[in-house]
Amino acid sequence: MSALNRVFRGRGLQIYTWLVIAWLVVPIAVMILFGFNDTKGRYNTTFQGFTLKWYGKLFEIGDLTEALVNSLLIAVLTMLIAGVLGSLIGLALGRYRFRGSGAMNIVMFAAISCAEIVMGASLLSLFVTLAVPLGFWTIVISHVMFSISFVAITVRARVMTLDASLEEAARDLGAGTWTTFRLVTLPMIFPGVLAGSMLAFALSIDDFVITNFNAGGTVTFPLWIWGSTRVGIPPQVNVMGTLIFAAGLLIALGNVLIARRRR
Amino acid sequence: MTEIQAGVGAADTAAPGQVPAIELDEVVKEYVSHGEVVQAVKGVSMTIDEGEFFSLLGPSGCGKTTSMRMIAGFEEPTRGVVRLHGQDVTNVPPNKRDVNMVFQSYALFPHMSVWDNVAFGLKRKKVPDAEVRRRVGEMLEIVDLVGREKRRPREMSGGQQQRVALARALVNRPRALLLDEPLGALDLKLRQHMQIELKRIQREVGITFVYVTHDQSEALTMSDRIAVMNDGLVEQLAGPREIYERPATKFVAGFIGTSNLLSGVVSSVNGSCAVLALGPADRVVVPIKGSAAEGDTVELTVRPEKIIISTEKPDGDLSMVEGTVSEVVYLGTSNSYAVALAGGTEITVFQQNAHDSTTTAERGDTVWLSWQPQHSYALQ
Ligand SMILES: Nc1ncnc2c1ncn2[C@@H]1O[C@H](COP(=O)(O)OP(=O)(O)OP(=O)(O)O)[C@@H](O)[C@H]1O
Ligand SMILES: [Mg+2]
Repeated sequence: MSALNRVFRGRGLQIYTWLVIAWLVVPIAVMILFGFNDTKGRYNTTFQGFTLKWYGKLFEIGDLTEALVNSLLIAVLTMLIAGVLGSLIGLALGRYRFRGSGAMNIVMFAAISCAEIVMGASLLSLFVTLAVPLGFWTIVISHVMFSISFVAITVRARVMTLDASLEEAARDLGAGTWTTFRLVTLPMIFPGVLAGSMLAFALSIDDFVITNFNAGGTVTFPLWIWGSTRVGIPPQVNVMGTLIFAAGLLIALGNVLIARRRR
Repeated sequence: MTEIQAGVGAADTAAPGQVPAIELDEVVKEYVSHGEVVQAVKGVSMTIDEGEFFSLLGPSGCGKTTSMRMIAGFEEPTRGVVRLHGQDVTNVPPNKRDVNMVFQSYALFPHMSVWDNVAFGLKRKKVPDAEVRRRVGEMLEIVDLVGREKRRPREMSGGQQQRVALARALVNRPRALLLDEPLGALDLKLRQHMQIELKRIQREVGITFVYVTHDQSEALTMSDRIAVMNDGLVEQLAGPREIYERPATKFVAGFIGTSNLLSGVVSSVNGSCAVLALGPADRVVVPIKGSAAEGDTVELTVRPEKIIISTEKPDGDLSMVEGTVSEVVYLGTSNSYAVALAGGTEITVFQQNAHDSTTTAERGDTVWLSWQPQHSYALQ
């Protein structure tokens, strides 16, 4: 025990930390690197020299561009719809005890822990049974469905730490129900709402399993990549991945900066 | 102002002269928790006058907060009526009531500056900007927070936050200010300072204060009147002196200060006084409020500082009992004696250290305790 302690406190801990970081970073670094690969053949698997041309030819593959646009649209819609609905559910679950709130809690966790493949298959049979034509909107519906619980749970956690007397104070000072929500409740739970919505966006944009069941003829970014693996993934995919990653990084940095300024 | 008074004058509930600021009329509050009905407040009636510093005092869980929340409008009474300035507000929501509350946790809005916190109420009432600026400025001056307008609540000390909470409520010029243990989170020194501050502010603004506390010394020093509550009921409602000197019930006697409880059988009744039989040489006379007959058991209370301790049997028509000193504690400005009576009752006596530093009696000494009969009270 103490020997282990010594190892971890000294060099061991440092090495371990760097290994974990490397584990997380190396795949991303490889993706970014191969976006600059001056590959001649179909397969982008060996590095053959540095070039920026794929950035110039980013939107030259029409199908890929369309898939990316689809994915972004679906992710933004999912973020908005699941963000609003999930926040309301989280608020209700965190604040009130009502008939069915226990069942609601269980359903939330069930939806999170349910295997994606099961959810995708059952959604498909539901859509088929109801004769809903598969396509863009069935993807949106299924994405909202599986990400709403994540938003609700994130917001609920935030609501539970919220001092209920804050809202009472607002009402005591003359604010009605809506004003209290707008000026006190929403600003207080907003970090939770934001975190939950971004989670929904992230879950939506790279979902493959559930989307694959319910996409019909619509192709999303992950579906397109999956389809192109047999014929060779073009470097443009790496460039798009790099750009999405960079955008995420910027948002995360912005978040940290705002949090620091507030403090 | 005149309009309101005219309106109140027309109401048939108005007493001649002044309309009480707050009235609770047989108010009951029941909660259902785990399928069981809990009575938090079991029928409380009280009248709080305009400009009064009124305290609700009692042990934890006696229903102080619940009573106050019914005045503020956060809880609806199960039965009974709440009136503010003669108007029935029993079912009026808190944002439509002309009272403001200072919360125990302060409940300052953490995402707003001190200024925005204090201005919150005025902005909701659509007070013009210039007036908001003037009134918030004035109020921050009263609570001594000028220059800290831009700070966030968490950048302030406990005492400062407390004053922001006070300013945020008072700036609205409510007809009454409700304070739920506002000093509970402060250390002793700051608390004493804030007690004086609160009294000063109340005098300056002249608003009715309803003050919840479980600290009896706080209630005694600050209040014009005190309602002592226990288990959902008001045990006594009177001024601090009356409550301290003439506790109406055993509970009040025990809760406020230190008091000695004695009980004895009435041996004779002499006008408005009863003579009790305790020990053979003892003589205890106590004023009786109701009626008492020979043979009744009467409980009485005497404050420790009213008792004189002596080694000789005192003369005169004092009440007196004999006992043995079981403990002497030196308290600096006073000595405290514990004296055991023949029946086993223990009596506490405070003696001022006025003349010299020697004590009248030591542990094990036989002593006489005596007091003026009018300093003892029979309990109901
Ligand atoms: N929402 C509620 N549901 C059930 N019981 C409640 C509720 N609120 C209060 N009670 C009960 O009512 C009683 C009175 O509560 P209250 O908060 O008024 O006490 P208090 O005098 O303010 O005590 P403290 O000094 O501890 O604040 C308590 O026994 C409490 O358990
Ligand atoms: Mg309380």
